[in-house]
Amino acid sequence: MEKIGVFVCHCGSNIKGNVDTAAVVEQISHVDGVAMAVEYPYMCAEAGQAMIRNAITEHGLTGVVVAACSPRMHEATFRKAAERAGLNSYMVEIANIREQCSWVHRDTVSATKKAVALARAAVAKVHRNTPLHPGESSVTKRALVVGGGIAGIQAALDIAEAGFEVTIVETTPSIGGKMAQLDKTFPTLDCSACILTPKMVDAAGHDNIAIHTYSEIEKVEGFVGNFTVSIRKKARSVDMDKCTGCGDCWAKCPVKRVPSEFDSGLCNRTAIYTPFAQAVPNVPVIDRTNCVKFKTGRCGLCRTVCQPGAIDFDQQDEIITENFGAVVLATGYDTISLDKFGEYAYHDSPDVLTALEFERMTNAAGPTDGRIVRMSDGHKPKSITFIQCVGSRDITNRGKTYCSKICCMYTAKQAILIKDKYPDVDVQVFYIDVRTPGKNFDEFYRRAAEEYGVKYIKGQVGKVVNVGDTLHIQAVDMLEGRHMDIQTDMIILATAIQPSATAKTTAGMFSSSVDQNHFMTEAHPKLRPVESHTAGVFLAGCGQGPKDIPETVAQASAAAAKVIGLLVKDKLMTNPCTAATDEDLCNNCGLCGNVCPYGAITYESKLTASVNNALCQGCGACVVTCPSGAMDLHGFTNRQLMAEVDAICK
Amino acid sequence: MQITDFNPNIVAFCCNWCSYAGADLAGTSRLQYPVQVRIIKVPCSCRVDPLFILRAFQRGADGVAVCGCHPGDCHYATGNYYTRRRMALLHNMLDFMGIERDRMLLQWVSAAEGAKFAKTMTDFVENIHMLGKNTRLADWRVVNAGNNETES
Repeated sequence: MEKIGVFVCHCGSNIKGNVDTAAVVEQISHVDGVAMAVEYPYMCAEAGQAMIRNAITEHGLTGVVVAACSPRMHEATFRKAAERAGLNSYMVEIANIREQCSWVHRDTVSATKKAVALARAAVAKVHRNTPLHPGESSVTKRALVVGGGIAGIQAALDIAEAGFEVTIVETTPSIGGKMAQLDKTFPTLDCSACILTPKMVDAAGHDNIAIHTYSEIEKVEGFVGNFTVSIRKKARSVDMDKCTGCGDCWAKCPVKRVPSEFDSGLCNRTAIYTPFAQAVPNVPVIDRTNCVKFKTGRCGLCRTVCQPGAIDFDQQDEIITENFGAVVLATGYDTISLDKFGEYAYHDSPDVLTALEFERMTNAAGPTDGRIVRMSDGHKPKSITFIQCVGSRDITNRGKTYCSKICCMYTAKQAILIKDKYPDVDVQVFYIDVRTPGKNFDEFYRRAAEEYGVKYIKGQVGKVVNVGDTLHIQAVDMLEGRHMDIQTDMIILATAIQPSATAKTTAGMFSSSVDQNHFMTEAHPKLRPVESHTAGVFLAGCGQGPKDIPETVAQASAAAAKVIGLLVKDKLMTNPCTAATDEDLCNNCGLCGNVCPYGAITYESKLTASVNNALCQGCGACVVTCPSGAMDLHGFTNRQLMAEVDAICK
Repeated sequence: MQITDFNPNIVAFCCNWCSYAGADLAGTSRLQYPVQVRIIKVPCSCRVDPLFILRAFQRGADGVAVCGCHPGDCHYATGNYYTRRRMALLHNMLDFMGIERDRMLLQWVSAAEGAKFAKTMTDFVENIHMLGKNTRLADWRVVNAGNNETES
């Protein structure tokens, strides 16, 4: 005889405000098999959990239904409570009457009716639940960090310091990411390279850290604790062991007009190159699409001058396969393309720069040695205009709807840097809103406006026209309500940022989801901000959403803490909701094995299919495929789901 | 039958990783959708046996929605591809049986698409309102035994 207890939560007024919980208790208590039903203001509180535990012992409950918030919030909480009272945790079901009822329906009468239906479905399911017992799986005590920017470097250092091996995979020839390109950092004006390069060197020299630059993730298999990852090490054409980083090769390279990615295209690089002087590793790569040797077969100057004989034109891509227990995705950001923003004349005038280009220009190690000049004539500009929100907060389909978050602050920083170098230059900023939430941020912005005399104009720029050697701006000053027609020598655009191009595919390989803007989705926006939806895969940096350096570092350390928490475990509990074959019904047709994405189904006995519980992830594809009904999924059996359908349609 | 009298019965199967989370997000964002929608959680949309859907129609459901991760984003890599094929076949079978194919909806809703979930359900229920009550497959022995009113 089943004895099911139903516990209805008020969640303060979150549920009770829209659902008549007393009526739910009253109606559900008449359902077959329900031994008792109660309501309580906060079931998840200790007192509420004690109520469940006591009821299990007192009434000898065989099943528990908690009608409360989403199972994604507290299913684990209530399962633990049941377990403590001696009831198998898989005899607990949640009826989601908050997220999927009280919060989405205003009419109390119909919402109450729905809450009863949802509770009834959960009761019908729990009737057919069976006790399940999680298995165990081992943990490979190594971590993978995808992306070698500040997020990846910080996460790797933290994990390595805790004593675990870490592998960093970076697509470009050097670690360092976007932060390496920056000049100063807000709001303290620390030199970016001065605080970043020591970390790069630490990572490179750490016994527990292996770095694969110029490499990509090729294939991912496995699950939390046991990922098997293939990494493609692209052919560098330079032997990493022999190269001394002397620089003779790129000094002699005849191809000198390839736009430098690191310098945002402001100057050129050679075909064999290291992206910047402090690159880690300090080993060049040959860019095969631009190298004369690879294009025509004639040249090979670099090989001739290389003393240690490190140049290897025949090098092939190498694929290495390694095992990891946990993964941090720190794939970073790019700026959006300005092709659709013709009004800013970015493609018409070399004096219209993006903020990242300006960052290189003002950097003492950059192409102009830190001098701020007009790219068109090399003269010092007399006036510089910043335009904010280029493609950010843009509801037309050419831009991004979100706020890129960092632009207001870096604009204030760049304006201060200009005023510091050339107090006589006029600097003005066109903005929609100035957003400065952050420690010492507003003070910093006010310094720009009040102390340095940067002119802030609320309004958007309608058009920029390149006339002769000046730029004409048509804009509206919204506060004064007047049309503006002004001239300036240089324009800097605060271009929206977006997840790097590889973010979506990389996330996909790890079965981790992305949102409509291709930012990686965290497991819970408030309470699990560094976990992805996939167990063992964690998120850090701008791949998850726009953020500045302090936030990125904080998130990277948080992700590292999560990784360490996982890797210190010797065993992980595996999900017991796996598929199983009824050997009496199975006729060994082989269809289930065909659809299994994990290769978990084998036919070794020659008579029936058998499921490897360690590999099965419990999707249920095989169950629906099975023509004889021999396959079923623990926790989501055909009987359980049919019972739910019946109960809901009643 | 007046539209106002008709209170459709809608079953929505949502996969645990995307659509169920999308429905939760609709909740957290307080986006309203019709109260008739009742969600059943499945691990993956590919766990939805076409028999569940037919069973729902037989037991008096007026519409059944199946929601999963977007193709290419399946938590189990390939599950929703099977769903897509199975549901295409089921749609054809519904045509063959004389059941309006619009009573069955397949939609991809990601964990970030709370607004899409609410809109999908609102539109779907509106469509079911236009189609009216499901009379073709409902098993009257069952429906009569329940609370639903019959019509001749």
